[in-house]
Amino acid sequence: MNNDTTAPAIELKGISKAFGPVQANKDISIRVMPGTIHGIIGENGAGKSTLMSILYGFYKADKGEIFIGGQKTEIPDSQAAIAAGIGMVFQHFKLVENFTVLENIILGAEDGRLLKPSLAKARKSLLELAAEYELNVDPDALIEEIGVGMQQRVEILKALYRQADILILDEPTGVLTPSEADQLFRILGRLRAEGKTIILITHKLREIMEATDTVSVMRRGEMTATVKTADTSPEELAELMVGRKVLLQVDKTPPTLGDVVLDVQNLRVVDEQGVERLKSISLNVRAGEILGIAGVAGNGQSELLEVLGGYADGTGSVTLNGEAIDLTGKYSDGKTRRARGIAHVPEDRQREGLIMDYSAWENTAFGYHDDPAYQSGIFINNAAIRQDTEEKMERFDVRPPNPRLAAKNFSGGNQQKIVLAREIERNPDLLLIGQPTRGVDIGAIEFIHQQIVALRDQGKAILLVSVELEEILSLADRVAVMFDGHIMGERAAGETDEKELGLMMAGVET
Amino acid sequence: MDVMPKWAEVVLVPLISLLLAAILSGLVILAIGEDPIAALKLMIDGALGSTYGWGYTLYYATNFMFTGLAVSVAFHARLFNIGGEGQAMLGGLGVALACLFIPWPHWSLGLLGAIVLAGAFGAIWAAVPAYLQAKRGSHIVITTIMFNFIAAAVLNYMLVNVLRPKGAMDPATARFPEAVHLPTLHDILAPIGISFSKAAPANVSLLVAIVACVLIWLLIWRTKLGYEIRAYGHSESAAKYAGISPVKITMIAMIISGALAGMMAINNVMGEAERLVLNATEGAGFIGIAVALMGRSHPLGVFIAAILFGFLYQGGAELALWTSIPRELIVVIQALVILFTGALDNMVRMPLERIFLALRKGGN
Repeated sequence: MNNDTTAPAIELKGISKAFGPVQANKDISIRVMPGTIHGIIGENGAGKSTLMSILYGFYKADKGEIFIGGQKTEIPDSQAAIAAGIGMVFQHFKLVENFTVLENIILGAEDGRLLKPSLAKARKSLLELAAEYELNVDPDALIEEIGVGMQQRVEILKALYRQADILILDEPTGVLTPSEADQLFRILGRLRAEGKTIILITHKLREIMEATDTVSVMRRGEMTATVKTADTSPEELAELMVGRKVLLQVDKTPPTLGDVVLDVQNLRVVDEQGVERLKSISLNVRAGEILGIAGVAGNGQSELLEVLGGYADGTGSVTLNGEAIDLTGKYSDGKTRRARGIAHVPEDRQREGLIMDYSAWENTAFGYHDDPAYQSGIFINNAAIRQDTEEKMERFDVRPPNPRLAAKNFSGGNQQKIVLAREIERNPDLLLIGQPTRGVDIGAIEFIHQQIVALRDQGKAILLVSVELEEILSLADRVAVMFDGHIMGERAAGETDEKELGLMMAGVET
Repeated sequence: MDVMPKWAEVVLVPLISLLLAAILSGLVILAIGEDPIAALKLMIDGALGSTYGWGYTLYYATNFMFTGLAVSVAFHARLFNIGGEGQAMLGGLGVALACLFIPWPHWSLGLLGAIVLAGAFGAIWAAVPAYLQAKRGSHIVITTIMFNFIAAAVLNYMLVNVLRPKGAMDPATARFPEAVHLPTLHDILAPIGISFSKAAPANVSLLVAIVACVLIWLLIWRTKLGYEIRAYGHSESAAKYAGISPVKITMIAMIISGALAGMMAINNVMGEAERLVLNATEGAGFIGIAVALMGRSHPLGVFIAAILFGFLYQGGAELALWTSIPRELIVVIQALVILFTGALDNMVRMPLERIFLALRKGGN
């Protein structure tokens, strides 16, 4: 495949790893040449993270060999990986919030018992690194005071400070604005130019196409293909990932607008620390319409969903079909909201939408466990719920279709389908839906998007919150951008683009 | 996919833990120069070798069933009720008031009245820490512990200054009237031709405890309330999303828990002592924590674990009586059992999971 005489920076030969009965990696071989950006793409649960964890010494492979720079290398733990020149930037940063940038960088790599010499040394090399790779950060800033984009740079610097030649980035753009992501890719390009090898793990086809030289596709624990990025297309990659043709565009007709279902006026939310999270927000959603709320995570979207979903207090006025909704007090809870016809697919299905230790059938009743159909006398009618769950699983193609299996044992996409089936099939007037496809595989994304559009076409109002601009643009009929607790502006989905929305997401008036 | 089959999870793990605790206890006994085999034989003989021994074992087990259930119900809502001891003391006060001041025509009515009052007193004693937790965020572990001390002081005051009969030297109430003496297992089993020791204190409360196990099972796994309690215990954020009120669940779970702990008093106060004395609970409230841990907060598990601890209590008492093994060592043995079955659970579980994994792979 490669006639180059230089040894690959990383070569994996026949890596296999099983967790109990689950074969997470099956005979995986991969060659990554030095000075390239190599993408690894695959659905959730395809085994990308397991493979990288093996490379970084978190797991030990059952079979197979690792070669670093042509040398066979054993990586029993992350110390060995660092020694071999491998650095990892995790999806969830591993930084100490109340330490400075400098302190985080030397954490675990201090030499000697006294901090001062280490800090001085780190400061010096930090400046050198910053000059070399255009990775500018303030060494004395506290982590909690800098943005996520900066925090990610600190993670990269941490790896470089430990003399990493190979950088693994796991879903690095999940928390970034489009422009921050562009900056990251510029930095990666710079690192590549300096001879570093980069492995980029992502599920976003666009990033693969933009940033990588070669790309490997994983499906169900196997490496299905490795191709030059220039020779492939998003459609081909999607097909390789899922194993069948996938519609990347959502098919939808123009909306048929009805009356205003949800009307929000001057909604304010102040959190427990007294910080104003929502600053007098006004918006409305009509029947038969999807209103998309775009924005970088943490700009008030979660609070908006929480207060509309009934589990955070707010002030202002919210009406549903013209009738006021209580924002505080006894009648401001999830139960009352559901009774009024508001269904809610929360942003974080693992913390809110599901009880991970509950079985699928117990989760199907969750929030609706008051439903008389689920009762028999003073007891819960378990059999009836199980029956209902079985039918819902069938309609929403949940796999495996076993109502007794605990929620934690389903894949992300199937968990989301369980939540979606529960909420959509209640035939709500308004559906609140947050990050509908976060951590969901492409095959399921397509299905979930179809369900949302189908609900819209039945004349329901949908408030969609997503940090994925692509998702907002393909689903929403109208887009509102949130920044720092207020709405920067609204656009009709057809009359805007990623660039304009990206600027609004960064707080720039357009 | 669960790694271990269910039977291994619920039977094998506790069994191996117990075995380890037994071996270690044996070594300790050996170290002080006694014969562990003889000691074990003595314990088994003393606790299970006669209906007299059984009577005591079951009597202790009854206490532990109530307190173990109490801790379990709170556990399901992820509340750690360490106040079972205090709640049981207050339950004792409730029983004493019911028995001394209401002229019951028959023991069965007296028992019902005592259950209600004991439960109510225990529930009130648990409700205060629950309220402080739900509304003020005062940690329930701290407040329930403190309430144990307050309960002991309240009881002391009541017995010394209010309930002590005139002229009595003993800080205890008068004996309860004949009408509220509960039938012992001897009285219950005699009509069906089984002869059971007359001297043993096991009484009709055992049956109440078993009924309580069944009712709590129904409550936790078959009712909406139990569903909400477990949901809240698994994930507070999810419970909020669903509209389950944390305040309501905290209050209700603790009230049920406190009531169960309080009801223990029908066994030790009404069934055995037939008057209220100081320190009537004898630490049963704390043993309840171990029982709930070992029983995995499942009523059937609690039932079995309670009998095991009943055996340890009675066998230990026999050991102290007949050998030179000091009473303190019995506590060491009990502590080892608690340590292995509760705290060191993973020590047994992890290797066992690995074995099952290897077996399954071999089978493929």
